[in-house]
Amino acid sequence: MGLLSKKDAKLISDPLADNNPITIQVLGICSALAITAELKASIVMSVAVLFVLGLGNVVISLMRNIIPSKIRIIVQLIVVATLVIIVDLVLKAFAYELSKTLSVFVGLIITNCIIMGRFEAFALANGPWRSFLDGIGNSLGYAVILIIVGFFRELLGSGSLLGFKVLGDPIEKTGVYAFGYENNGFMLLAPMALITVGIIIWVQRSRNEALIEDN
Amino acid sequence: MAKNTDSNTYTVLFATGMVLVVGTLLAFLASSLKEKIAENKRIEKQQNILYAMGVNENEDGGLAFVSKENVESEFSKYITKQVVIEGEKVTENNEAYLIDLKKEAEAAKSTSYKRKLPLFIGKKDGKDFYIVPMRGKGLWDAIWGYVALDNQLIVQGVFFDHAGETPGLGSNIKERFFMDDFAGEHILDGDTFKGITAAKGNADPKNETKTDFEVDAIAGATITGDGLSAMLKKDLKMYLPYLKTLKQ
Repeated sequence: MGLLSKKDAKLISDPLADNNPITIQVLGICSALAITAELKASIVMSVAVLFVLGLGNVVISLMRNIIPSKIRIIVQLIVVATLVIIVDLVLKAFAYELSKTLSVFVGLIITNCIIMGRFEAFALANGPWRSFLDGIGNSLGYAVILIIVGFFRELLGSGSLLGFKVLGDPIEKTGVYAFGYENNGFMLLAPMALITVGIIIWVQRSRNEALIEDN
Repeated sequence: MAKNTDSNTYTVLFATGMVLVVGTLLAFLASSLKEKIAENKRIEKQQNILYAMGVNENEDGGLAFVSKENVESEFSKYITKQVVIEGEKVTENNEAYLIDLKKEAEAAKSTSYKRKLPLFIGKKDGKDFYIVPMRGKGLWDAIWGYVALDNQLIVQGVFFDHAGETPGLGSNIKERFFMDDFAGEHILDGDTFKGITAAKGNADPKNETKTDFEVDAIAGATITGDGLSAMLKKDLKMYLPYLKTLKQ
């Protein structure tokens, strides 16, 4: 790792595992529940958050010495909202089809607690480069969970991945459906996302007991 | 760090400054991109109307509109006439597709206003298509669409879209597996108007019966589906007096 110092590399790798924003800090659950019924939506949301969190962290970090502490949360909200709206407007003018796919995510990005959480906990106290790495790391950690949950929900709920019917056709009864397999429609509903996240948390903590809080 | 960022004066000044900067930035951006965005929306409308009557570049499974470059010429080639229906009066209007359905619906709430109903008439392979635009409510936001009928009032094709339905659930109303089911469906039972309902527990998941006034609903998207069924019923009904004259 010539590019990043050990300390900087940890900013990327920590949120991927032992300090994951969803499974350990339990932030960003709302969007993780809402949009993981399909793998494609999970990926789009992950990329959008990567962009907004990376850039937002840098902006907040640059402004950290001039933001009045009384209204810092409002300032953070304005920064996120402005970034998202700028991206949305530019896409609408120059990449209209892409903006159609993304527009439903705009509201979810603005209210994503991971973004506010990282602004508040990291960017306000650290320099732009480290904040940028922290933003990238946390959005990657978010992405990993979203993609795992999206993978299982789409596979078990719709029998497809990224829209491809990998298990056969449920109506024509081909593939596994020929043997009496049925899609589990419950996987498409939000409660199953919560249960899937719960299982991930369980697996993660049983592999690394240091993560279990005793109380 | 000599600045006192905690003082009230500083806070108020900062807030004012930030609002001014952000407001100016966004207003400038929005107004400088306005024309380009409107143009994109216009192209999209033409693409959607053409899509409903089966003019598209679909390949197996995928959904593709007529390309941006060709849409202008294809639109004037296939859409032979655009009319506006106002009560009994039917007038030709080549910009009928630009009528804002949302504003019309708002205006129609006052009793004196007679709502302008745009209708697009297309011709492809010697067959006439009557394309009805519509607009309704989904779970989170607006949904809209175009339904192409033939002169027997049988659905030939549809296109639906939405502003903010849940990705992966309600958003699937604009996917082919859902929209393709509508082709061939009847909306009239003899002379009675039935519309088409996105039905749960549909006894006909392969969609073989075309006269049951039902298509298979999307699992997990009940409210979007209900909104869509209501939109089809409500908006097709407004066109019914005109559409019925075609049938004879």
